[in-house]
Amino acid sequence: MKNAFTRTKINDTIFNFFNGTFMLLLVVVMLYPFLNTVAISFNDGLDAIKGGIYLWPRVFSLQNYKAVFVGGTIFHAFFISVSRTVITTVINLFLTTMLSYTLSRKEFVLRRFITVVFVLTMYFNAGLIPTYMLYKALGLRNNFWVYIIPGMVYAFNMIVTRTYIKTLPESMVESARIDGASEYRIFLQIIFPLCKPILATVALFVAVFAWNQWFDTFIYCSSEQNLSTLQYELMKLLSSAQRANSNPSLVGAVGGANTASMITPISIRAAITVVAALPIIIVYPSLQKYFVVGLAVGSVKE
Amino acid sequence: MSSVNMVRQTIRRTRGLEAKPFWKTLTGQKQLIIMSVPILLYILLFSYVPTLGWVMAFQKFQPAKGFLNSAWVGLDNFKMLFADADFIRDFRNTICMSVINITLSFSSAIVLAILLNELRNIHLKRFVQTISYLPHFLSWVIVSALVVTTLSGDGIINDMLILLGIADEPILWLGKGEYFWGILGITNVWKEVGWNTIIYLAAMSAIDPALYEAAVMDGANRYQKIRYITLPGIKSTFVILLIMNIGWIMQAGFEPQYLLRNGMNIDYSETIELYVLRYGFQQSNFSLATAAGMFQSAINIFMLFVANFIASKVGDERLI
Repeated sequence: MKNAFTRTKINDTIFNFFNGTFMLLLVVVMLYPFLNTVAISFNDGLDAIKGGIYLWPRVFSLQNYKAVFVGGTIFHAFFISVSRTVITTVINLFLTTMLSYTLSRKEFVLRRFITVVFVLTMYFNAGLIPTYMLYKALGLRNNFWVYIIPGMVYAFNMIVTRTYIKTLPESMVESARIDGASEYRIFLQIIFPLCKPILATVALFVAVFAWNQWFDTFIYCSSEQNLSTLQYELMKLLSSAQRANSNPSLVGAVGGANTASMITPISIRAAITVVAALPIIIVYPSLQKYFVVGLAVGSVKE
Repeated sequence: MSSVNMVRQTIRRTRGLEAKPFWKTLTGQKQLIIMSVPILLYILLFSYVPTLGWVMAFQKFQPAKGFLNSAWVGLDNFKMLFADADFIRDFRNTICMSVINITLSFSSAIVLAILLNELRNIHLKRFVQTISYLPHFLSWVIVSALVVTTLSGDGIINDMLILLGIADEPILWLGKGEYFWGILGITNVWKEVGWNTIIYLAAMSAIDPALYEAAVMDGANRYQKIRYITLPGIKSTFVILLIMNIGWIMQAGFEPQYLLRNGMNIDYSETIELYVLRYGFQQSNFSLATAAGMFQSAINIFMLFVANFIASKVGDERLI
C-alpha cells in the first residue's frame, strides 16, 4: 500500500518535470521567431544580409525605424491603418450592441427573422468576383470607405453580445419602460453602459481583424498609394522577397540598389513586422480575461 | 372538447399570439424597428445581393454586356473546370492541406489543453497561456514574414540542422513543393494552438471535480484519470468543433498560401481560392472563377450536412 503511494508520487514528480520543461520549450518556440525579427530590425541592413543574427543585433542601428517613420509612404500607411481600425471599431461597437439589444427583446416581432438572416451569413459567402462587382458598382474602389462600410456588423459578435444582454436582469428594462423611457434611451443609458465586459471582447476581435487586413487594400485600393495600409506595405515587401527566393540573382540586385541608404529588404521587413505587431502585443494581454469569457459565452450558444 | 378549446384560446391570449394583429404589433414596436431594420437592409445588400452574381457561372459573362445580355451556356463552365488540370491540382491541394490542418490542429490543441490542465503551477499556466494566444492575433502577413525569416538559408532551422550534422548545406524549405503542406500545417499549429485550447480548457473546467476524487479513491492514476474522465468530458466539444471544421473543408486558407507561394512550390501551394483570383482578376474570366467559387461553397455545405448526419448517427451530438 505504502509502496504504491510512493510510486505514484515519484511518477507525478517525473510527469510534472517533463510537463514543465515542455511548456518552457513551447514558450521559446512561440517567442523566438519574433525576438529574432526584433533583433534584425535593430541591426544594420547590410550586415543583416550576412545572417547569423539570433537574439541580439550585431551592428546596432536605428536606420530601419527611421526609414519606416520618416520615409513618408510607410508612415502614411501606418496612419491609414490606425484610422480604419479606430473608425471600424467605434462603428462596430455601437451598431452591434444596438442590433443585439433589439434582438434580445422577446416581444420584438422581427426578432427571429433578423437573427436567421444574420446567422446564415456565417455559413455562406457570395465569392470574390460577385462581391468585387458590387463594391465597384457602389463606387468603393480606390475609396477609403471600402475599409469601413463592408465590415460594420459581424454576425458572430452580434450573437455573443445578444447572449450577454440576455443575462442582464429583465426588470431593469421593464422599470425604465414603466417610467416612460423610450427604447433609444433604455439602450443608450442602461444597456450600453452595462455591456462593457462584452464590448471589450468585441472591440478586441474587430480591432485586430481591421488592423490585420491587407486583402481589401490589395483588391480594391492597390492603385492608390494614398490608401495603402501597413499590412499591405509589409505584404508587398514579403512578395518581392518571395520572388527573389525563386530567383536568387534578384537578391543581389535588390540589395545593391539600396546600398547608399544602408537599408535592405530584410531589415526594413523586420522593422515593419515589429511596428505592425507591436500595437497588438501591447493591447491584448490586458483584455485576455475578457475574451476568454466572451469566447466561452459565444460558443455555448453556438 | 369545448373546454379543451377554451384552454387553448386562453393560452394563446396570454401568450399574446391572438391578442393583436401582426401589423398593429409592428407599428407598436416602431422604435425597435428603427434601431434594427436599417442594419438588416445593410446586411441584405452586402451579404445577400452579391449572390445574384452566381448567375455568371451559367453564362459566358462579358462585363460590357452585363447579366441580362450575356449568353447562357448551361453547365459549360463547370465542364471546363473539371477538364482543367490546374483546377484538379488545386482541388487536390485544397483537400490535402485542409485534412492536414484539421488533423494537426485538433490533435495539438487537445494535447496542449490536457498538459495545461495537468499543470499545478498556476503562474506558469497563465504565462504559457498568454504567450501561446499571442500568434493568433498576428496577421498572416506578419506570420509569413516570420516563417520566411526562420526558414531562410541563414535562419535558425537551417543553422541548427547544420550544427547537428543532419544537413550539409542550407535547405531551401520554401523552394521545394513537397515540403509546402508540412510547413503550412506546422505554421498553422504554431499560430492557432494556444487559441484552440481555450474552448477545451473551458470544457475541462466544467467537469465535476467529484469525478476525479472518486477516481483517486478507486486507485486511478493520472493517465487513467485523463483517459476515463478528462477525454470523455471534452468529447461533445470535440465533435461539435469537428463538424464545424469539416464544413469548412474546402477553405484550406488563402492568405498563407498566397504569401508563401513562389514559382518553385506552386504545384503544391495553389488552392481553389488562388485559382479564383488568378482566373477572375488576372485573366478576367469571371464566369469560370465564379463557377469554381460556387463549387467550393457547394462542397462545404454538403460536407457540413454529411458530418452532422454521421455525428448524429454515431453519438447524440449534432450542430444543426
